[in-house]
Amino acid sequence: MATKLPKVPVLIVGLGWAGGIIASELTKAGHKVVALERGKRAKLEDYYAMHDEVRYALRHDMMQDLSKETITFRNNDKMTALPMRTYGSFLPGDGVGGAGKHWNGVSVRFLPYDFEIYSKTVERYGKKKIPAGMTIQDWGIKWEEIEPYFDKYEKMAGISGDAEQNPMIGKRSNPYPTPPMKQTPSMKLFMEAAKKLGYNPYNGPSANLSQPYKNPDGIERAACQYCAYCERFGCEYGAKADPVVTVIPVAEKTGKLETRTHSNVLRVLHKGKKATGVVYLNTLTGEEFEQPADLVIMTSYVLNNVKLLLISQMGKPYDPATGTGVIGKNYAYQTGGGATGFFEDKEFNSYMGAGALGVCLDDFNGDNFDHSDLKFIHGGNIRHAQSGSRPIANNTVPSGTPSWGAEFKKASLKYSYRTLSVSGQGSNMPWRHHYLDLDPTYKDVYGLPLLRMTYDFEEQDREMGKFLAAKSSEILKEMGATSTVPGRDLTSYNITPYQSTHNTGGVIMGADPKSSAVNNYLQMWDYENMFVVGASAFAHNSGYNPTATVGALAYRAAEGALKYLKQGGSLV
Amino acid sequence: MSEQDAKPQNAARRTFLKQSGIALGGVVVGGVVGGVLLRPKPQVKVETKVETKVEEKVVEKVVEKEVEKIVPQPVYYHQALMFFSLEQFAIAEAAAERIFPQDDSGPGAKELGAAFYIDHQLAGPWGNNSRDYMMGPFPKAEPTQGMQTRLTRKEIFAIGLQGLQDYSMQKYKKGFADLSAAEQDEVLKVFEAGEAVQLEGTSTSAFFGLLRTGTLEGIYSDPLYGGNKDMQGWKMKRYPGNQPSYFNDIEKDGFIVIEPKSLHDHLNH
Ligand SMILES: Cc1cc2nc3c(=O)[nH]c(=O)nc-3n(C[C@H](O)[C@H](O)[C@H](O)COP(=O)(O)OP(=O)(O)OC[C@H]3O[C@@H](n4cnc5c(N)ncnc54)[C@H](O)[C@@H]3O)c2cc1C
Ligand code: SF4
Repeated sequence: MATKLPKVPVLIVGLGWAGGIIASELTKAGHKVVALERGKRAKLEDYYAMHDEVRYALRHDMMQDLSKETITFRNNDKMTALPMRTYGSFLPGDGVGGAGKHWNGVSVRFLPYDFEIYSKTVERYGKKKIPAGMTIQDWGIKWEEIEPYFDKYEKMAGISGDAEQNPMIGKRSNPYPTPPMKQTPSMKLFMEAAKKLGYNPYNGPSANLSQPYKNPDGIERAACQYCAYCERFGCEYGAKADPVVTVIPVAEKTGKLETRTHSNVLRVLHKGKKATGVVYLNTLTGEEFEQPADLVIMTSYVLNNVKLLLISQMGKPYDPATGTGVIGKNYAYQTGGGATGFFEDKEFNSYMGAGALGVCLDDFNGDNFDHSDLKFIHGGNIRHAQSGSRPIANNTVPSGTPSWGAEFKKASLKYSYRTLSVSGQGSNMPWRHHYLDLDPTYKDVYGLPLLRMTYDFEEQDREMGKFLAAKSSEILKEMGATSTVPGRDLTSYNITPYQSTHNTGGVIMGADPKSSAVNNYLQMWDYENMFVVGASAFAHNSGYNPTATVGALAYRAAEGALKYLKQGGSLV
Repeated sequence: MSEQDAKPQNAARRTFLKQSGIALGGVVVGGVVGGVLLRPKPQVKVETKVETKVEEKVVEKVVEKEVEKIVPQPVYYHQALMFFSLEQFAIAEAAAERIFPQDDSGPGAKELGAAFYIDHQLAGPWGNNSRDYMMGPFPKAEPTQGMQTRLTRKEIFAIGLQGLQDYSMQKYKKGFADLSAAEQDEVLKVFEAGEAVQLEGTSTSAFFGLLRTGTLEGIYSDPLYGGNKDMQGWKMKRYPGNQPSYFNDIEKDGFIVIEPKSLHDHLNH
């Protein structure tokens, strides 16, 4: 039996990026907040001796413990879904700070086109451009409405970027808060090559600070040292924007945030049109608690946002047979295509770098180019990054070289610093038959069903992948590569190799309760005192990393929650 | 380094070291003497690595000379087995050496201690799949669904090594470790391809994949894990280990070789 605790005004489930931003905004406005986080506490000092490729990059020390909870996967509903037993395609975060502790910090806003993808596609190409089964829809919010929240998020994080507006991206109300990061020799090659080819390259916006920065909340952080232990690691300088060194300390300083760690939420309670609280387990003592609340904010990452709603039977579950229902609908991911260039006569200091250090272009992203004769819509951000290659993972050899033995050793040593890659981060459209629901067989360590993912790459993705790979090769050749090798063609989605932790959808936002789960404040249509925040709200995934848009939506949701606390009721 | 370095230790000098250590205080012992003790026949002049205060420099040099004379060889106490039997270790070490053999570019897996690394990893959470989802059922999987086995990595290794041994005996009438390099390569190719030999509960290719991964990790991981002996793997790859900052070098053209640092160096600071 769960012990019933006294009611609290606001409850946050999961204290990562989205939870941290909302905790900070609500406590600053004077509200008392309780945050339940399944993992442990975190502080800057934890990051001091982390430069260990095995422990953090390969054994995933900072990430979710899969022995407790994972997902099951199948490519289509004719297959039996099986658990992702070991890491894999994506790496969900764990503990205070969530995946925000160990992300790269590539911080790109989605395009104005993304928020109105259906209308804009139909307007330019007609309805027939959208193939049967592709379920793109507008997000219920427009660029002009969401732009101020991007601005807010960028100022909090201190995003580094170019002073001048790039013509391919959404119009900015303000410049980036800090100047771009340094450019390495290979980044310069990319810039020159892309300009020669007539494209519009720019410095990748980065959450690794280019210089010391004090944000509007008064948080001061040091500049990035390009230490190369960034993606999958915490930043010992606090240079990487991370909830642990930005929004969470702000919330804590108000004295209004109570964080309960090792508190795994099992289900949300509800009555009528209201959520009434949650049941959670103290994973250290095994005690179960019922925590009543006036307002519940779900920020437990895409996967658990969906899982907890389905387990709690909140919102109408999506049914792929009829295309009705909303919870679990429009799951999407990230695709793409790229190329590797071999430079016989040049070596780069590619062992140096920073998580978000890179240059990119959006000439082939969104609807920035004509798709009339192409077999796909949207596109991807093409990027050359120098995030710092580490020695176990960095053993690229020319194709045809054996993967072990004397020849492999020679080639892997020779090419350690002679390869560069350019790749397109492909957008991913939702389909009627891609969705999340509960697995009928496999359970987590708490006895709850695992989330089941039914997902595959489609012709749209394969065509786009080939297109982006060809553009990437073209740029690498112009950069002076002796030879280029295109990445493997996309076939079927495979859960094994790491691709990205850019899962999206499942609790999507929109203008209509029939086709979306939350409104444009990320307030649930069916439960007015419940907000579900994260990339779970994305109606499709763009050709970019998700977190800038997650951050913007979290600021928007925080504003919505504040409004709700004042006036109650549905906000739209 | 002088000829005297190779001479056996003598008790008087050992006493001197102890006393000077006490006399000089913990900082110097930890930062300088400790560092030297761990280093086998230093190839790099030790002074270049010392980062203690200037006033102490003169004293440090005296200590350092004495230490070099009396500690000719370190003992790698962690080079011992946590999981493998001696026979398993011999097979694993021989196989790892074929995956990453010694050649004119530098040491191979054996000298770098990769098999010790694998042994220690198998004894710990990785070998026991502690952080993997291990609940059943385990039906037949499609190739896109990733690893689906009830066996732990530890068990896969034990079965795989036995498989190498059995196959070698059957084909060459000798244990794997006693085969010629060319014969070992042939056996490993058969295991990599994964069709000719059946293993119980797993496949030779799954085992080979783990062996290859473990070997590369043993060559290039931080030396704290028992491989990458004396950072020789990093030196061979011209990899600087972990440095606190590249702020001043990141924009520079031309390849820069930096003397590597390990996590151990962080503890000494
Ligand atoms: C290696 C890596 C690199 C990345 N790089 C980039 C990048 O460069 N750019 C980019 O835009 N994005 C990147 N991302 C993605 C980015 O980290 C996420 O988009 C972001 O962290 C999502 O924020 P969130 O708040 O939704 O989830 P998180 O930050 O992960 O927070 C969710 C929190 O909820 C907690 N939780 C989950 N379930 C429960 C439960 N049942 N009870 C209690 N608590 C629970 C989790 O423990 C976690 O702390 C990267 C991710 C990874 C893993
Ligand atoms: S690369 Fe920069 S931001 Fe990333 S961990 Fe190192 S210092 Fe921090």
